[in-house]
Amino acid sequence: MSNLVSALNHAKSAGFASVEETGLQGMITVRGDLASKAMAAAVKAATGAAVPATRKIEKGDTGAVAWMSPDELLVITSYEGVDSAIEAMKASLQGEHSMVVNVSDARAVFKVSGSAEDVMAKLAPVDFSTEAFQPGEFRRSRLAQVAAAMWKNDDGSFELVCFRSTAQYVFDLLSVSAANGGEVRHLS
Amino acid sequence: MSTRLASGGRLLNKGKAVEFTFNGKRLQGYEGDTLASALLANDQMMVGRSFKYHRPRGIVASGAEEPNALFNMGEGSKFEPNQRATTTELFHGLTCASQNHWPSLEFDVGVVNNYAARFLPAGFYYKTFMAPRAAWKHVFEPIVRQSAGLGKAPKDRDADRYEHFYAFFDVVVVGGGIAGLIAAKAAGASGAKVLLMEQTAHWGGRTPVDGGEIDGVAVEDFIASLVNELKAMGNVTMRNRMMGAGVYDHGYVLGYERVADHTPNAVGPRHRMWRIRASQIVTATGAIERPLSFAGNDVPGVMLAAAVRDYVMDYGVSIGDRTVVVTNNDDAYRTAIALKNSGLEVPVILDARASGGGALADEARALGIRVENGKGIAKVKGGKRVTGVAICAQAGEGSTLEEIKCDAVAMSGGWSPVVHLWSHCGGKLIWDDAQAHFRPDASCAPTNQNGEGFVVPAGTANGPLGLNAVLADAVKAGESAAKAAGFTPKSVAAPQGVASDEAAMEPVWLMPQGAGPKLRMKAWLDYQNDVKVSDVRLAAQEGYESVEHTKRYTTLGMATDQGKLSNINGLATLAGQLNAPIPAVGTTTFRPPYHPVSFGAIAGEARAETFQPVRDTPISGWHSENNAFFEPVGHWRRPYCFPRNGESHAEAVKREINQTRNSLGMLDASTLGKLVVSGPDAGKFLDMLYTNMMSTLKVGKCRYGLMCSENGFLIDDGVVARIDEETFLCHTTTGGAERIHGWMEEWLQTEWWDWKVYVANVTEQYAQVAVVGPNARKVLEKLGGMDVSKEALAFMEWKDGKLGDFDARAYRISFSGELSYEIAVPASQGRAFWDALLEAGAEFDVMPYGTEALHVMRAEKGFIMIGDETDGTVIPQDLNMQWAISKKKEDYLGKRAQERSFMASADRWKLVGLETLDGAVIPDGAYIPAAGENANGQRNVQGRITSTYYSPTMDRGIAMALVHRGPDRMGEVLDIPTLDGTVLKAKIVDQVFYDKDGEKQNV
Amino acid sequence: MLILECPYCGVKGEETEFHAGGEAHLKRFGPGSEDADFETYLFMRENPKGVHLERWRHANGCGKWFHAARCTMTLEVFGSYSAQTFEPPKEIKDKISAKRPGWSWRNFS
Repeated sequence: MSNLVSALNHAKSAGFASVEETGLQGMITVRGDLASKAMAAAVKAATGAAVPATRKIEKGDTGAVAWMSPDELLVITSYEGVDSAIEAMKASLQGEHSMVVNVSDARAVFKVSGSAEDVMAKLAPVDFSTEAFQPGEFRRSRLAQVAAAMWKNDDGSFELVCFRSTAQYVFDLLSVSAANGGEVRHLS
Repeated sequence: MSTRLASGGRLLNKGKAVEFTFNGKRLQGYEGDTLASALLANDQMMVGRSFKYHRPRGIVASGAEEPNALFNMGEGSKFEPNQRATTTELFHGLTCASQNHWPSLEFDVGVVNNYAARFLPAGFYYKTFMAPRAAWKHVFEPIVRQSAGLGKAPKDRDADRYEHFYAFFDVVVVGGGIAGLIAAKAAGASGAKVLLMEQTAHWGGRTPVDGGEIDGVAVEDFIASLVNELKAMGNVTMRNRMMGAGVYDHGYVLGYERVADHTPNAVGPRHRMWRIRASQIVTATGAIERPLSFAGNDVPGVMLAAAVRDYVMDYGVSIGDRTVVVTNNDDAYRTAIALKNSGLEVPVILDARASGGGALADEARALGIRVENGKGIAKVKGGKRVTGVAICAQAGEGSTLEEIKCDAVAMSGGWSPVVHLWSHCGGKLIWDDAQAHFRPDASCAPTNQNGEGFVVPAGTANGPLGLNAVLADAVKAGESAAKAAGFTPKSVAAPQGVASDEAAMEPVWLMPQGAGPKLRMKAWLDYQNDVKVSDVRLAAQEGYESVEHTKRYTTLGMATDQGKLSNINGLATLAGQLNAPIPAVGTTTFRPPYHPVSFGAIAGEARAETFQPVRDTPISGWHSENNAFFEPVGHWRRPYCFPRNGESHAEAVKREINQTRNSLGMLDASTLGKLVVSGPDAGKFLDMLYTNMMSTLKVGKCRYGLMCSENGFLIDDGVVARIDEETFLCHTTTGGAERIHGWMEEWLQTEWWDWKVYVANVTEQYAQVAVVGPNARKVLEKLGGMDVSKEALAFMEWKDGKLGDFDARAYRISFSGELSYEIAVPASQGRAFWDALLEAGAEFDVMPYGTEALHVMRAEKGFIMIGDETDGTVIPQDLNMQWAISKKKEDYLGKRAQERSFMASADRWKLVGLETLDGAVIPDGAYIPAAGENANGQRNVQGRITSTYYSPTMDRGIAMALVHRGPDRMGEVLDIPTLDGTVLKAKIVDQVFYDKDGEKQNV
Repeated sequence: MLILECPYCGVKGEETEFHAGGEAHLKRFGPGSEDADFETYLFMRENPKGVHLERWRHANGCGKWFHAARCTMTLEVFGSYSAQTFEPPKEIKDKISAKRPGWSWRNFS
């Protein structure tokens, strides 16, 4: 299928930090018993990663897995890889009470690079200091008035996921918070 | 006159002149000036007119407590009223104007109020309500209106940017004076993460003004090295120009950072509101000097003694050439000494204490200053400027002993700790007899989520006024805060200063003690709200004995300074009148913010585009490009209609409906909620959630369902499709997806947690388009792919497949009464699918329609709309929807409530259609009156309109209404009064106006 | 503004991450129940001045409902616990007893 467009089609802005909508991303909501062997196998099959601990994100060869709640994971793959990942997970979870749902199109993904902590801390009631928020941490909270999930990459950039319909709002929030002159120089 | 001295001014950069404009006059100050010091340097002592009596007022203080020097600041989109000169740093190009006068500051017509002062007593405003009505209209209202308001309201949109910032600390120290610096160091030494904030641009507070030595070095040097030490500590953050605005539950502190008030043309936010969580908060907020209550204590030129000293030392500004000092404590002697040392004249120090002062008094005398013990001011002479004082015995009634010419008066009534932040969240106060002030009661600190105290006062904010006591208290406060935050403090010895022995202060609440009514009427307590000693006494006499009542009756402490100067004097006056001890009278409540903060800072980023989330569908871009008129539906933005070529909205809606009914219409239905419910118990679960039986729904089929609350009231509706044995897809209303998702999770998590069901919200995974009208099938067939024939996809069925290139799920459902399909495609294909439909539909003249056409068509068909036919008090039975309520089920949410006698009664208002006899459209929200009146003398009502439209299909007004026993009264004609006084006549009819047998939709 | 700890994801978040859900440990009465029981279920609440057991949802977070024991006077939070239980766990009750001796709430004490 051609004509596939993400919510903001790779919109970018730059101030003291840069903001980018990263385009279409494969995303799968998986619910079930996170401690089960079947779940471990399913996640492994889809991404190569292990089931993450509470509030963590694990990265594998073909994707990443994030802890959403005690019975929910978010599996992140390439957009093209979603169908096969779903198939693989469904096969592993056969017979288990579980749910595997494609939510790739329901979301928008943003990346904030540069002095990212100072941008994030303007919008979310979360401690983004380096002691408190490390790469591998995965946090669901709110970004101003909408729900979002966020994590920190090894290079210090932040990625965050929100509902597709709120993409423009989130982009505007991030852009105004990263605008020049707004450097807080507190966290980064 | 007030003027700039040749020397002095430790905060000034005299190498850099700064130009500014006051009331149109171009003036000059220096970098480092506040607006107040720069005005005083230019002999601008008078800065405004008082609120009620329009008396000339001058600058009284040097900090945040200033009551008089409020200005309209800036111009156009940078305009802001009520800005304090004492907290405004001077910058090049600053423009300000004084407030509350007409036509000019010097000549003000409103001053007539001053001469009418005896007609404007305490509670004047309330008393006017007791007068005849005509008096209010013709006498009082014009007076009140003229008096009301200080600054002007801004006319332009604020051009500045504001933001919030969330931050987390172990210890937050509020106040960067000597106590705050030392407390921050003591706390920081333990390794705790510390934030130290200071509301001004400078560290060290007022200690350097008084000079002296700490630990053997000059105070100024001691502070400089302390600041450097703190800056070097990686765990300590220092922010100046940041005020602790409020302390709230569980260690929440607001830090109001004025990022760019002093550099208004800089790129970036003007203010930043720090939303801080702290384990412990140290309030090193200092103390505020109290005025003395003598007649004429508001004449420009009368100033707090410490402020006089601040202006001399910090800004090299003298308030007058001859300053009389009047005091009840030793600290004011420092002002006299500082003035004398700067070459200015101090004709006399009037010390109200019969026994006089201590070592400082000796020092003053040694400088040749005349000191009079047991004396006070009977009266200040002068109007727009002090010209002299009449001296009297403090113990007497005010007979003049001597008159002394002077152009300034420095007064000191003692010091009150700034306990605001301590008190915001419930910290209690105790009365300190020796200092005559309230200070924090350490045994009653505000408590946090663990039930433990989380605010520690430090330095003068805790009561001690002497330098060494302050230093010791600050170390202790820093250490105990660190300890309470879970750190081990490194015990360090408190620095030692050189302090002089001070004689005890003596409270003086009225000067002279026996001042009669005439003097009391000119002795001001609250400068900003024009409250005098006489007003508080009158309030007490009239029965307002509670301090909270007196406050409201007199407006004492209710101005923008929140009584920083007036509170203690006011309640001491009240206590005196009531013959009660001051602590028994108590204080009024301290509420945040400590000092006014900008609305912008409160709103932060929530303005303009980011005021609130606006939710877009994947097709919103097309709507915008095609002149959609949008309406908000929850946070969604949905097209109401698509006007073409200057059409009115009504014309556009009519066109859209006609074209849809006659050929082909398209609706962006992406906003409808879509929840996947899956698991072995999914059917059982949906049977509980919906009034209908969902477990019997066959795979491939759809069913319309209703959801009720446990109160029995309808909360949502939508079509449920069974995807497979264990999976259902539930459609909700547009605004309902998150709410119903939460509702489902609530029952699964808190009531039926052993049921095997998972729910996921997939609302935004899909773009959904309703393809509606007689040509709907043809256009889909043109796209090609799945078989959408009547046989392959019957009414209330769904199936997956390809439509053209698109991965589609087609639901054969109809909300319009026409042949209709709702097609869901992945959101990222949504816009392309919409475009493809438009192209394929061109030959049928396809017309996108908006929510209004949707509403009208559903009403023509008699379908209900949640929020129109329901309002949280309507049960499905009221809407004659018994057909959607399973009789076989033992239980569903709301069933028990619907069995209650009132719900089951036949006497309820029930849904019917209404047709006006003349075809007119009934106004929205109209009520249908019945005969007679109720107990309140209002007309009885027997129903109300729930939906009403002009129907293009019927070419007449149609409506739905809830009418008492409506369905039993078919054919009856009701009277419906309208706002213009006319009465419409409408006949009760069946609510389905269009195609009752469903011949159109079932083709 | 309160700080609450979600027992499911361990986040100590500020109140804006949570959604208050009224009183905890309500017993549902459905069809066939007595009017008085149903009235109690729907409308009668403790509304105490002091120790209270209440429901919260980590709405801007992991989405889970949980229970919290809190003092409505001082806002002290004694602890939060699973929503999938019929009474507060012993350690929470002990903690409340230590801080508010003699407390009771419905039939818990």
